[in-house]
Amino acid sequence: MLRALARDGRAVTGALILGACCLVAAFAPLLATADPVAQGNVLVTRFLSPLTVGPEGTMHWLGTDRFGRDLWARVIYGARISMAVGLLSVTVSLVIGVLVGVGAAVLGGTAERVLMAFTDAVLAMPRLVLLLVLVSLWEPSLTLVVVVLGLTGWMSIARLTRGEVKGILGRPFVDAARAVGIGRGRLIVRHLLPNALTPVVVAAALGIGNAIMLEAGLSFLGLGVPPPAPSWGNMIAGGREALVNAPWIAVFPGLAVVLTVIGANLLGDGARDVLDPRTKRQ
Amino acid sequence: MLRRLLGRAAVGFGVVFVVVTLTFVLINLAPGDPARFWVSPGAGEAEREAARRLLGLDRPLVVRYASWLIDFARGEWGMSLVQQQPVTRIIADAVPHTLLLSGASLVVTYLGGILVGVFQAIRRQSALDTGITVTTLIIYGMPAYWLAMMLVLVFSYAAARLGWPLRLPAMGVSSLDADVLTTWGRLADRVRHLVLPLATLGLIGAAGAARFVRGAVLDARASPYVRTADAKGLSRFTVETRHVLRNSLIPVVTLLGLSLPALFSGTVFVEVIFAWPGMGRVMVDAVGARDYPIVMATTAIFAALVVIGNILADLLYAVVDPRVRGRTG
Repeated sequence: MLRALARDGRAVTGALILGACCLVAAFAPLLATADPVAQGNVLVTRFLSPLTVGPEGTMHWLGTDRFGRDLWARVIYGARISMAVGLLSVTVSLVIGVLVGVGAAVLGGTAERVLMAFTDAVLAMPRLVLLLVLVSLWEPSLTLVVVVLGLTGWMSIARLTRGEVKGILGRPFVDAARAVGIGRGRLIVRHLLPNALTPVVVAAALGIGNAIMLEAGLSFLGLGVPPPAPSWGNMIAGGREALVNAPWIAVFPGLAVVLTVIGANLLGDGARDVLDPRTKRQ
Repeated sequence: MLRRLLGRAAVGFGVVFVVVTLTFVLINLAPGDPARFWVSPGAGEAEREAARRLLGLDRPLVVRYASWLIDFARGEWGMSLVQQQPVTRIIADAVPHTLLLSGASLVVTYLGGILVGVFQAIRRQSALDTGITVTTLIIYGMPAYWLAMMLVLVFSYAAARLGWPLRLPAMGVSSLDADVLTTWGRLADRVRHLVLPLATLGLIGAAGAARFVRGAVLDARASPYVRTADAKGLSRFTVETRHVLRNSLIPVVTLLGLSLPALFSGTVFVEVIFAWPGMGRVMVDAVGARDYPIVMATTAIFAALVVIGNILADLLYAVVDPRVRGRTG
């Protein structure tokens, strides 16, 4: 499955883009030419246009915002928040989705029907509406964003896991394992999970782009990562009021979101083709 | 068919029920005491206790849920905590604006998406096809609020500065002087205000739909029945329209139902950017102000809209796929 992905041009391009974003996030302190939250003498350093040298002699590649903070530094430090939120929230979704999916498949009967009906009900909601309800209940923070994105992104993973596990339950080696008297817990951990996990993890990874997009959206609405932490979403929101005179403040973090989401979507397109049983057969 | 429809309606009702129940439980389990909104900040414990009794917050959760559910089902949705207006009136004012915006963008999304996708499938593997594929990928990756700001930057601000004839309003549903305009002038004013919000949602939606339609058409064209139709000696046009296009519409209708939640999510952002007085903006404002009666009501309405949209998509499914019509349940 991973080998098939490596042969897919789109998947490789997407992986390269995401990998580059991760590298930028990891080495942000080395790449930044300024402190992402330092304000300096605001009156002379604010609203500098891209490629201007500031009064302290630092080059502002992407200009500065209304507090005189260097946009290049903020965009690459923003990659840290976006990548962290993307990866962590998808991990939360993965854990919940696998628990629900395996639970439904193994328990069967009424429990399975109730679990899947609940999954479908949550799936039918606009995710942003669910997110808004959840974030309205607590003070905004990075942890809250991760948990809330995780809590609203597990449904498709649960459905896929259930399908995969049910497929495996019908295979001879499961009967063999049961025949030798293996316990239910051991059956799940040793036989079901290892066989079902690869497609499930890949499918979960497709959610990273969506999670990054939603984090930016929540931060844009002022309900996500609270300022002054540089999140692409709250940077775009900050650029809104200066859109006429300093459009670069909103433009560059937006381009960063677009690039990352394109990377995730390309990887997703490739993965979907590899996962789709119809294309597998061809 | 009717039985199928009734079954779907029952399931949809269940979905809305689960959603409002979940929202009720979450809101009531959350930290913070709604009673503090009803008394002055300096009020003592006795006043707060009285407010709690007045609001019925001293009763157990199950009792509160039951009485709230009965009121909610009877259409008594309470008062907004912030605006001191009945929730139903606020919602009734907002729903038409959201329906207009999302309905129009559904039309643009699917007309645009099908036209572009089919065109790409016909010109498959050409430079133009590749170019459109890259363009749709980029547009589909744009956050709605960011694309909206970029469109405002170009078509409102830059257009005003450079004196372009095409200058579009950046916010609201109508101009301040709309009341003194003639009927036609008022209509043109409304349309001008609709252009940018609609373009934002329509561009992103159509880009996503085109990516999907292209694949669906190519899938349908690779099917054995198309080879049969070709072998029978049917004209190219008949094969493309009656066999390829007709069958590729089936997965597209499925997409229609599935894409509604995403459409409403996009509507929320676009309404905020363009100060469009719809449900999304009402909900975001209510969330910011912790105005829970409004949050509950908007959640329920969004859930209901998605459910109704899915049932409509199901009906449409029966129109495009005759195999569905005979089936029950």
